[in-house]
Amino acid sequence: MYQTRYLRAADVADAAARLDDDAKLLAGGMTLLPTMKQRLASPEVLVDLADCGLVGIEDTGDAIKIGAMTRHADVERSEIVRQAIPGLAALASRIGDRQVRNRGTIGGSLANNDPSACYPAAALALSATIHTNTRDIEADDYFLGMFETALEENEIILAVSFPKPEAAAYAKFPNPASRYAIAGVFVARTGNGVHVAVTGAGDDGVFRHAAMEAVLNISFTPAALDDVEISSDEMISDIHADADYRAALVKEMAKRAVIACGE
Amino acid sequence: MVKICLTVNGASVNDEVPDNMLLVDFIRERLKLTGTHVGCDTSQCGACVIHLDGESIKSCSMLAAMADGKSITTIEGIADGDKLHPMQEAFHQNHGLQCGFCTSGMVMSAIELVANNPDASEQQIREGLEGNICRCTGYHNIVKSVQAAAQVMSGR
Repeated sequence: MYQTRYLRAADVADAAARLDDDAKLLAGGMTLLPTMKQRLASPEVLVDLADCGLVGIEDTGDAIKIGAMTRHADVERSEIVRQAIPGLAALASRIGDRQVRNRGTIGGSLANNDPSACYPAAALALSATIHTNTRDIEADDYFLGMFETALEENEIILAVSFPKPEAAAYAKFPNPASRYAIAGVFVARTGNGVHVAVTGAGDDGVFRHAAMEAVLNISFTPAALDDVEISSDEMISDIHADADYRAALVKEMAKRAVIACGE
Repeated sequence: MVKICLTVNGASVNDEVPDNMLLVDFIRERLKLTGTHVGCDTSQCGACVIHLDGESIKSCSMLAAMADGKSITTIEGIADGDKLHPMQEAFHQNHGLQCGFCTSGMVMSAIELVANNPDASEQQIREGLEGNICRCTGYHNIVKSVQAAAQVMSGR
């Protein structure tokens, strides 16, 4: 890792004031530090958000609001999340491994928007709102492509609100070594119909699958997906799986998620 | 350079470290506690697992500066004088190691696993140790060791 200057922000305002071209926010560090160790990133300043009071899970009535620095392990174990959106707690419980879950945060995951990460699928399918220090961003406007988000340079995620769905579930076909999604599908029955968000498979990051949503709105059954064509255009081909295999996995994971919604 | 103050295996430690020093390097090079190992460059192998405020974390993926104000426990800190921790004893009795390189990380992960889930099934143990890779044993005796330790740790 190249030299850097580490500092802990006293609060969000302090953190925002320190953000410029040469600084990066540090949350759990589960992506940023390995990246820096490989010298793929070399921020001159690391601004640690640990002391900014961004941890917590709250039931706001219509939604579950999760602080940006809340760890995956905390979401996994939260009675509030388990009651209201068990599919979200289950998703958190299968991110990475135990040690990653003890450090990694939801804010870090969403800010990074890794095309194979799990939380972006949940946020998109549940129509989450990303609350920053300057505004609220709806999920549909937030994910702009692989590793690209709507966040501006000085913008810090404070919390994420997930409206409570009628039912929701996530099915992931994990890479056996990294446990990132080779294909992950989050299905939610919301007040606005069925949402189906796909991660791990698309070459431009997480996306909603309109055709699957359309058939599931008519018949919410795995069989309804049989005749949906999942195009392998714009899907990732790599050493783990080619685009056709990913397309097949997407359909299978979608079916499993639909089944899990009924449980 | 950044000043840090933390508790290590129950004792208070003060030092000044480079901002980019990894916690695992601080533990091994500054504190000379070399039971914690560096096994990969990709944060996947778990040879570096220690406890931070009672929870298992990968010390290769944390800066020493981030541990300021925290309490860490390494493999050197879990025995009670000459009396091995039940997890260590179980790995010994059940041939849960060969070369030993992954073992300190396995033991630290397994201690947390059993503390959180004393009745962990074999499947839960295998999944719970996803963050620890072993090249020697094929995991079978590691799982047996953890099961044996769970019995002792829950007083059965």
